[in-house]
This record gives sequence, structure tokens and C-alpha cells, in this order.
Amino acid sequence: MSDPNASALAGAPALSDADAALVADLLDGGHRALARVITKIENRSPGYRAVVSALHEHTGDADVVGITGAPGAGKSTLVDKLAAAYRDRGDTVGVIAVDPSSPYSGGAVLGDRIRMGSNVGDMDVFFRSMSARGQLGGLSTATADAVKALDAFGKDVVILETVGAGQNEVDVVRTADTVAVLVQPGSGDDVQTLKAGILEIGDAFVVNKADMDGTERTVAELEEMVHRRAGDPDRGTGHHGPASGPRSESTGGPPPGGPDGDASGGDSWTPDVLRTVANTGEGVDALIDAFDAHAAYLRSSGAMARTERRRYAEEIRTLVRSDVGALATAEIERRGGIDRLADRVRRRETDPYAVAASIVDPIAECVEGLDAESDAD
Amino acid sequence: MSVEERERAIRCLVAKVGLDGHDRGAHVIARTLRDAGFEVVYSGLHRGPDEIVQAAVQEDVDVLGISILSGAHNTLVPKVIDGLREYDAFEDTLILVGGIVPDDDEADLKELGVAEVFGPGTEMQETVEFIRNNVPERA
Repeated sequence: MSDPNASALAGAPALSDADAALVADLLDGGHRALARVITKIENRSPGYRAVVSALHEHTGDADVVGITGAPGAGKSTLVDKLAAAYRDRGDTVGVIAVDPSSPYSGGAVLGDRIRMGSNVGDMDVFFRSMSARGQLGGLSTATADAVKALDAFGKDVVILETVGAGQNEVDVVRTADTVAVLVQPGSGDDVQTLKAGILEIGDAFVVNKADMDGTERTVAELEEMVHRRAGDPDRGTGHHGPASGPRSESTGGPPPGGPDGDASGGDSWTPDVLRTVANTGEGVDALIDAFDAHAAYLRSSGAMARTERRRYAEEIRTLVRSDVGALATAEIERRGGIDRLADRVRRRETDPYAVAASIVDPIAECVEGLDAESDAD
Repeated sequence: MSVEERERAIRCLVAKVGLDGHDRGAHVIARTLRDAGFEVVYSGLHRGPDEIVQAAVQEDVDVLGISILSGAHNTLVPKVIDGLREYDAFEDTLILVGGIVPDDDEADLKELGVAEVFGPGTEMQETVEFIRNNVPERA
């Protein structure tokens, strides 16, 4: 009988000598190698899969924090101050900032780096801009792989920053362990729109620019929303993280386990609503405390295993889909290209279902053939 | 595999170094390069040479365009180039300088490893073409 695990491992892509040296250099702390690996990941260069494969076993030690929010909410400035605060307590930091690219030229101006004023010349903050290159759902794969590179490099904290608009960005930030959603004061309508997809992914809500008018109202609206979410019977009874506001000695986090903790399998974390003024750094330490509390909760409640399982499941599915899609695309090319097939359908010589079946059936037969072989073993 | 064969985007860093506060030109260049399909990182104003090196290394750019209008290019550019060498990033980065640079200095900068110097009145398309034709091949 064949061992299914063994065969899965045998599939690991082979590493070329040059790439093996690159991986060794990265693990050894080479900044240039780290930058090069992320470029390979972004470009999907030949061999990038083997590189990410080789890095995987060295990952898992970094706390991954996602920051999202509307344009102009102050994400980049807050990320800068967060990175500086993490550095102050001795942590090394990696930042991936995602900016949209033009759907027309494919070009992009990646402007998040301008805000990184607090960490200039400090190579222990590794800041990398990435453009959303209009790839088919591939952005979250690329950013997740880039996070792996930073994690394997040995960064204690990895911050993932992205605009909170659209499914792609939500997918990106979902690859983080802890997600903070940034809102600016007086954006009552924004809070309404947040409900569509972003509310669900926030582990902390941050009202940035909290020295502006309308802060209290925005905080109140967010709190109401958060508690409505907590009251949802599907989401469990709810722990509270450290209370919002300037109380910063509550780093202990919620009691591990809790009344129904792990057994319920539900989400029992109630997000905090915090205030920051990113320009001055006010509230940044409290925000880091909230991140730490959430990380501690993930570990103690067993939620970490759940989120990781979900994340890797999604990663596997995405990869398999894209590879199978590539197989099918190659098969279409082999049959004269999609235009020729479409023209045949247009002339009523055949129909879309027949064409699809003629392409997929041989692949399916191959798979069945493999099954038969392994049964015979 | 077709999914893997994506065209590589050319990455550029548009950098303002030193105490020169004029970045209208740098903005125009950043946009033109974006419209040419490049990915452009803009450094922001008043950056020190070490910051430019940090950005160029971490962003792994193919092209480093340094804009200096203050006349301090003979001091600043060598520092940037030394920093790139330190991180083993000099060889495969195309270094361009834009600004007011006297002819004699231009020769010196090229001696140091600057690929081209673009003065006032340069057609943007000329710069774009130069980058396309000279961007270093990478493995």
C-alpha cells in the first residue's frame, strides 16, 4: 500500500543550485537575497515555487499583522509608527505594502514608502512595496509568499498593508493572523460600507486621526457594530480584549480557554475599538498591546490552528486551481486556440459544452487511469 | 507553464537626495514611468544617501533614478554608489541621474558607474527608451 503522505512530499519542486544559494543567503540574513526572493515571488520567475517550498519549514515564528482601511485613513503613517514602536522594544520588522496598479499600462506608483520616515536607514525594518498587478486572484498568493520570505528571514513581526477596497485586498489581508481595520473620524457612511466584508475580518478597529472632530461618534458606531457582531449567537459569547482607551497594562489578554473556549469551535474574540493619532504616535503602544493580546488569544484558544488550517487550505486550493487552469489553457492552445474554438461554436459546428468536455475529459481520464494504477499497487 | 511566464515588470526608484526641495520634475518622471508600464517607488523629499540605498536594496529595483537640482551630485552620488556596492546591488542596478549637471561632472559620474545623465529639456520618451534598452538582465 502506498503512503499518501510520502507521495505528497515527493512532489516538492526541485531547487536549482543558484536558487539553493539564494535561499541559504536569505536564511543567513542577506538583505539582497531577501529582496531578490521577493522579486522572484512577485514575478513568478521560474523556480520561485521551489524557493517558497524550501522556505516553508523555516516559517511560523513571525506575528503577522494586517492593516487595512479606506484610502487616506492613515495606514502608511500608522505602519511607520508601528514599525518604530516594535523596533523600540527590540523586534525586527518586515512590511509589505500593496498599492493598486493601472489596469491600462500595468504601471504603478508605489507611494507608501514616503511615509516611512521613522525607520530610515534602519535595515532591521525591511519595507517592500508590491503592486497589485491585476493578477487573477494571485495577489494574495504572492503577498502570502512574500510574508513567508520575511518570516523565514527571521523577522519577529510582519506587517501587511493594503487598501480596504475590493475582494482582492480582503483576500490579501486575510492571510494575516491579526487584522486591524482603520477608520477615520466622521466617516459615518464609511462605517456603514465597512459592513460589506471588512467588519468580519477585523480583529481590532482603529479610529485614526483621533484628534479630529467626530472621533467619539465613530468610536461609538464601531463599538455598537462590534457588539452586535459579538451578540450573534453563531459567534459565541465573546471575550473582550484589553479595553479600548489608554489602559496599556492589560497586556495579559483574555483568559485562556474561557467558558466555552476551544470546544465551541466558534469565534470568541470581540474586537477592540481603539484610538490612534498616527502622526504623533499616540495610541500606538495600546494598539500593539491589542495585537499581542490577539496573538496570545490565538495561541491559547487553539484558534491559531484553525486559522492556519483555513489559510493553508485556501492556499492549496488556489495553487491547484491555477495549475489545473494552466493545464486546460495549454490544452486549448493545442487545439488551435480559444478564438478558433469560439468560431466553431459560432458557426454552430459544435457547442460550448461539447468543447469543454472534449478538453477536460482526456484530463479526467488520465486522473482515473492514475487511480486505477495505484489501486493495483 | 503559462501561468508562470508573466512578463517581468521593470521596477524603478525615483529618488530625491539631499537638501533640494524641488520635486515637481520627479513627480512628472514618476508618472511618465508609470504610464510606460513600470512600477515606480518614489522616495519622497530630503532623503539621505543611506535611505536611498536602503530603498533600492529592499525594493530590489532595476533602475535607480536620482534627481538632484542642488548641485551636490559630486558628494551625494558617490555615497549612494558605495552603499549599493556594500549590499552587492551595484552591478545589476541601472543608475541614472537627472538634474543640472555640468559636462565635466557628467563625465566623472559616468566614470563612477552612472549609466546616463539627463539634463533639462530631455524628452521623457528618450528616458523611457533608454531604460527599456539598458535595463540589466537578471537571472
